[in-house]
Amino acid sequence: MATLKELSVKGKSALTCGHRMCAGCTAPIIIKMITLVSPTPVVVVCATGCLEVATTIFPYTAWVSPFVHNAFENAAATISGVETAYRALKKRGGLKEDIKFIAFGGDGGTYDIGLQALSGALERGHDFLYVCYTNEAYMNTGIQRSGATPRGAATTTCPAGCEIQGKSQQRKNLTEIAAAHEIPYVAQASPSHWQDLIKKSEKAFSIKGPKFMNVLEPCTLGWGFLPDQGIEVAKLAVETCFWPLYEIENGKYKLTYIPKEKKPVTEFLKTQRRFSHLFKEENKQIISQIQADVDKAWADLNAKRV
Amino acid sequence: MKTVKALTGNDAVSYAMKQINPDVVAAYPITPQTSIVEKFSDYVANGEVDTEMILVESEHSAMSACVGSSAAGARTMTATSSQGLALMWEVVYIAAGLRLPIVMPIVNRALSAPINIHCDHSDVMGIRDSGWIHLFCENAQETYENTIQAIRIAEHPDVQLPVSVNLDGFIISHEVANVEIYDDKPVKDFVGAFRPRVSALNLRSPVTVGPLDLQDYYFEHRRQVADAMVKSLNVIKEINAEFNKKFGRLYKVIEGYRLEDADACIVGLGSTMGTLKDLVDNARKAGKKIGFLKITVFRPFPKEDIVSALKGLKAIAVLDRADSVNAMGGPLFGDIRCALYGASSAPVINYIYGLGGRELTEQDINKIIDDTLAAARTGKTVPEPAYIGVRE
Repeated sequence: MATLKELSVKGKSALTCGHRMCAGCTAPIIIKMITLVSPTPVVVVCATGCLEVATTIFPYTAWVSPFVHNAFENAAATISGVETAYRALKKRGGLKEDIKFIAFGGDGGTYDIGLQALSGALERGHDFLYVCYTNEAYMNTGIQRSGATPRGAATTTCPAGCEIQGKSQQRKNLTEIAAAHEIPYVAQASPSHWQDLIKKSEKAFSIKGPKFMNVLEPCTLGWGFLPDQGIEVAKLAVETCFWPLYEIENGKYKLTYIPKEKKPVTEFLKTQRRFSHLFKEENKQIISQIQADVDKAWADLNAKRV
Repeated sequence: MKTVKALTGNDAVSYAMKQINPDVVAAYPITPQTSIVEKFSDYVANGEVDTEMILVESEHSAMSACVGSSAAGARTMTATSSQGLALMWEVVYIAAGLRLPIVMPIVNRALSAPINIHCDHSDVMGIRDSGWIHLFCENAQETYENTIQAIRIAEHPDVQLPVSVNLDGFIISHEVANVEIYDDKPVKDFVGAFRPRVSALNLRSPVTVGPLDLQDYYFEHRRQVADAMVKSLNVIKEINAEFNKKFGRLYKVIEGYRLEDADACIVGLGSTMGTLKDLVDNARKAGKKIGFLKITVFRPFPKEDIVSALKGLKAIAVLDRADSVNAMGGPLFGDIRCALYGASSAPVINYIYGLGGRELTEQDINKIIDDTLAAARTGKTVPEPAYIGVRE
């Protein structure tokens, strides 16, 4: 396990400085950590979203690796084409280099509109890593509800009003949906636990076939915390088991981090404006429901580990 | 060097694809395109081609994978019909905007609703303005040869635009016809190797494909697409001439039939133009001075060629196998009348026909011939658009 310093000297990040992501955005950290540990050069495909629009404003680009953006819902289908072209051209003698293929999509482009394309690509067995950076809402268009938005969170399309207190439904479990494809490697990670994220990325790169990583990406604007708090917020998501760190390798579940003391979910919720309305007396039951959701998911996960 | 084979239009397309042996084919089955993908899958399974196939989960992903593959520098093809093309629509525009020379046979079929599997041109008309080049075929022979030529057109450095090769669903796609097939080698020599302009697999000069393009650059990039479309017309003519030199069959962007001394002309696309040949001959025997003009290249629209073919005529009928549902007329009609503006004051009559595979009968065509010749005599048009062959 390399230190961060060693990694930054040895590795080559696909994303360089000069991009226009928000101050305090945790997405570039995730992209850099993952691409730094690729053993070969990478080719990146990106869904429409914050990451794409803020890193590729023509005539500038923050990508030092080849990069393809097609549309919102088709990053997985697009990388299927790129990876297949690579195999075709390699077979025909036009290419020699080893390349790793990575697709990045936000939760909108992955949990929701891109789910079909992702499912198809996982089923077909392309040799690629799909990374969903989930900030739990459509942040690029201004914080609208997505299938990844957790219960109780306020967004601009499920605001906290007099009658309805943020999102009424539980988020879908995309990591388990990916795992149901029985692909060789599925993981859930967080930028707060960088060694864990790096280990998982290294493992993903070492495995042939489709790999999926779901990485929590705290969003300063959408979640409502100060720009220097992103990693702390991510850490609390892990410590409260709101976002457990685990992996599924060839069907075997492994918790890669178990909090010494499972903190109450309010420790995570209270750091963000999107949950602030839940702390009113009349909304106590929503917090209880969120805690119950977290406890059940954590128990289910523990039951699956070998 | 030629062999005659009994092939359906779809088989002829698959055979062309076999000889082209593209690097990547990404496709999803849909009636009546299905047998193209099935036949090509046979070629792959039997090692007659070494193409990598991506059997995607939808047409949206088919075109998305084609964009990825073509951006990665691989010669890439797909094929579709109707709802499949409608589902692809978003990415069809992206393929053109990114200047990716993808070739896609479209087996033309009506669009829902109501659902219908038979021929009309509503599907391709939905991507008319996408920046793709659109070629139309009259018969199975043309599907074979247009598919081969389409690769060269799309990949030409002055063009770099995707090309659709249109064949009428069932009428061409499933009818067995004698098709002259050329030997593999001359076809492969004609098609040549793909030299991509950029490749997302080029690690030495990494490129960002599909960046965000705002007010300061988007318009210039769209202008370049428009410019490539203009330039493509001469490129198509050059490639048609080269094809003729090598294989002895001359494709023309438009093809007139018995127009030299005609009073009136019928203009149209696709297999109907083959049927017209016989009926125009019959009319001629009866002393009726009618001819027709077949449009092979619909985009780019060969305006000057069309004007010079039509300008002396006294009346023109335009057949549209698609309705624009605009209370004015079909898509080809609008183009023809616009092209003739200022060049001819002859009446232009629009007939909308054949939607959802409705047959265009001999009586229908004879009526079109008579009405058009009457318009040529009187200078008066008929109310437009005239829907022919429909129960009113």
